[in-house]
Amino acid sequence: MAYKTIIGLEIHVELMTNTKIFCSCTNEFGGEANTHCCPVCLGLPGALPVLNKSVLEYGIKAGIAFNSKIANRTKMDRKHYFYPDLVKGYQISQDDIPLCSGGYVEIELEEGTKKIGLTRIHIEEDTGKSIHTEEGDSLIDYNRAGVPLIEIVTEPDMNTPEEARLFLEKLRSTLKYIEVSDCKMEEGSLRCDININVVDTETGEKTNITELKNLNSFSGAVKAMEYEEKRHISLLEEGKNTQRETRRWDEVKSETIIMREKGEVGDYRYAVDGDILPIEIGDKWIEEIRDSLPELPHAKKQRFIEEYDIPEYDAGVLTQSKELADFYEETVKYTDDPKQVSNWIMGDVLRRINDEELQIEDLKFKPKDLAQLLELINQGKISNNIGKKVLRTMFETGDSPEKIVKDEGLIQISDEGELKKIIEKILSENEQSIIDYRNGKDRALGYLVGQVMKTTRGKANPQMVNQMIRDMIE
Amino acid sequence: MDIVELTAIEMKENLEKKRISARDIVEAHIDRIEKVEEELNAFITISKEEALKSADRIDQKVRNGEKLGPLAGIPIGIKDNIVTKDIRTTCGSKMLENFVPPYESTVVEKIRKGDGIILGKTNMDEFAMGSSTETSYFGPTKNPIDSQRVPGGSSGGSAAAVKAREVAIALGSDTGGSIRQPASFCGVVGIKPTYGLVSRYGLVSLANTLDQIGVLGRNVIDAALMLKAIVGYDEKDSTSIDMELIDYIEVLSENIKGIKIGVPKEYMDLEMDKRVKEQVFKAIKTFEDIGAIVEDISLPQMEYGLATYYIVSTAEISSNMARFDGIRYGYRAENYETLDELYMNTRSEAFGEEVKRRIMVGTYSLSRDYSEQYYKKAVKVRTLIKEDFDKAFEKYDVILSPTSPNLPFKLGEKLDDPLAMYKTDLFTVPVNLAGICSISVPCGYVEGLPVGLQIIGNRFEESKILKVARAFEKHVSLGGENIGL
Repeated sequence: MAYKTIIGLEIHVELMTNTKIFCSCTNEFGGEANTHCCPVCLGLPGALPVLNKSVLEYGIKAGIAFNSKIANRTKMDRKHYFYPDLVKGYQISQDDIPLCSGGYVEIELEEGTKKIGLTRIHIEEDTGKSIHTEEGDSLIDYNRAGVPLIEIVTEPDMNTPEEARLFLEKLRSTLKYIEVSDCKMEEGSLRCDININVVDTETGEKTNITELKNLNSFSGAVKAMEYEEKRHISLLEEGKNTQRETRRWDEVKSETIIMREKGEVGDYRYAVDGDILPIEIGDKWIEEIRDSLPELPHAKKQRFIEEYDIPEYDAGVLTQSKELADFYEETVKYTDDPKQVSNWIMGDVLRRINDEELQIEDLKFKPKDLAQLLELINQGKISNNIGKKVLRTMFETGDSPEKIVKDEGLIQISDEGELKKIIEKILSENEQSIIDYRNGKDRALGYLVGQVMKTTRGKANPQMVNQMIRDMIE
Repeated sequence: MDIVELTAIEMKENLEKKRISARDIVEAHIDRIEKVEEELNAFITISKEEALKSADRIDQKVRNGEKLGPLAGIPIGIKDNIVTKDIRTTCGSKMLENFVPPYESTVVEKIRKGDGIILGKTNMDEFAMGSSTETSYFGPTKNPIDSQRVPGGSSGGSAAAVKAREVAIALGSDTGGSIRQPASFCGVVGIKPTYGLVSRYGLVSLANTLDQIGVLGRNVIDAALMLKAIVGYDEKDSTSIDMELIDYIEVLSENIKGIKIGVPKEYMDLEMDKRVKEQVFKAIKTFEDIGAIVEDISLPQMEYGLATYYIVSTAEISSNMARFDGIRYGYRAENYETLDELYMNTRSEAFGEEVKRRIMVGTYSLSRDYSEQYYKKAVKVRTLIKEDFDKAFEKYDVILSPTSPNLPFKLGEKLDDPLAMYKTDLFTVPVNLAGICSISVPCGYVEGLPVGLQIIGNRFEESKILKVARAFEKHVSLGGENIGL
């Protein structure tokens, strides 16, 4: 049987404006509880919200970056529900006329580029934060109340957890690119809810959508989706269906746990917020914002292809984040082989970064160091393999490649006399291999070269060794 | 000199000429309050100490020869749904019985800067829901003219305090007639400005697209003086309008000869007390005598005014009341097990019947299954009502009507009949729906009970309605007035 997974996301992103969305309180993470508050963000009786224009601007930036249509006329609405961290009994959000509609994000798959559609992006206020103590008390910190958010809703266009991960990576990198959010999942400035279900492509039978919450990292999100995907498929296989419900990911148990069954959707009694006048957005302002945006990932990718003559795939990977793209460009400045730089960054550098969940900006070495490493290889001072070893040390110590090569005595042996001595010794110990080679077994040559490399702890110039052995035994 | 009998402007002039001190003014009014308040109950909180302090500060200014503000020495009552920093603000509700705001409303800030003296917070229907001041958690206010009768509402405390000489002027709020109807019932002047003219920052919302702070005074001049002091754009209220300020006192002396007055026939056909109607027709005659052109006009949508108002306003009420949940401030139930119980018990125990009724009606009309049928439809009708007025104001300067269809009624008379109570706002609610301005001036007395005349003007044409009201006030000598207290 064949199954297709359907994934749609709802992402809340805190915007990095200086002040909150409806008052002049400072908008920063943390701080002593309930100190970044005023009558407006506490919803005191009589206090009125005044929309911060920067929030619109940041929302529009995101809309432009994701190819959405920006509304010329919109409004703010009240979404009603009761919860202690919600100060007014309603959240000021946007209902039927979002700031941005449509749009898409492109992700790079091995089979090519895939567009993930966006349904909408709207602006709204964040709520306070409830803290439940072990003693059973509930404490509330309202510093976060009134922090500006955009909510991004996607179409159900992702079909694997990996696609969802790539989407999130791209979304995050773009939002960081255009500097509207720092997108720190661990600080809650990027929060993601996932809607997932599975369809049996032969029978057309579908499971009910599960909403996943409480995802604190991209890897957690991926694990939760993988878990759910399996759960939905096994239920389908048993001829059963899932409940329409909300589940949370339990990091410790590595499983999803039911939070609530979702029979009917809540009635939020949306109504326009009359305290905030209808919002008019002129095309001129939208164009000004467009012009103010830094180079977006897509444009950067095109430029990389043309300017550095690297394959589309490489350009896509390298422009996944602004930091990575900057690192690449900075490195290229010091070398004359952009493709080699791309190979190294996409290979050993990124592998290590991904394995250890590092941030590129936290690397101990600088682009200039990487360029120096490549130069050492190109000059024949160290081999490619030794280069990889040096890079590993660079990750750990941040020392310059020259220093590492010197300290560890890794300079390549390219002196013919010295190599000859070593090769003669190896040949004298491996007469059988010489015979094998002469009998046409090419593999024997590889073995002999390997022995030389082993003896020199990889420092021998492999091209020279290869040639010299050939010359000597033929 | 009987200080409390002076008008606000006279008090200020006497102070400036050093005939009386601010302390004299405050003490005279505190004496008056102490004499009548037990019976009248116009105040929820009296801020005597703070008023005396303000008076001394102003007297010091007088002694130093400093420039005095436009409200210097005038004793003012503030409706208790307007936030006053460090003076408790209850909204007439158990919910906020002990709520002391940590911030100041924009209007009160202006009053303080203008050297006005705040004597206290006036009684009102709970959260301004009511037309008789009987729904107040702090007991009803009596009508100073006849203590068996209601002062109207919801700004009944403000109207009564002004009429009974407890204060010279008072602030009220008007969502559907809450300034004009009590002004009418107490025989004082009440102006509801255009939506957006006066900042709402610090006015506890009832129905926030209809609410407007306004003034109650004993005559048109006093009302104009106060209005001038509180208008103006406020960056803290997005719905306030940035416009050129007008000297509302200066315009009062302008002639109204040739001014065009429309009398909507739909209004005069609505159900009302015949005696009220007679007084209004008499007033129309007076206007003709002083050279105005009075003509019948048609406002066809007016019959839907009340229905539209009660759907729009209750929807907004249900939303605006949501913040009173017992979590951060105000009343919290003592007994509860769960969070839901905390909410339910708090709101059940601290809200009165009328508040609960309107929250339920509004919740219903905003709910997913009914909002199309009720709330959204009402919003559309509201636009039609606005268009009716727009059309009328193309031809006419002002529109006349009774303020209320009935005379002040007896305490308890309509308390158990919400619909009858709502109907007392028949003529006033369309003005709020349209966001325009309107003033109520006394136009006659029936068996000692006052009748109010409503003069409606277009958006930001306060100077016109004030001018017309002043011309009327100057021309007629009412008589028949009799303060029972």
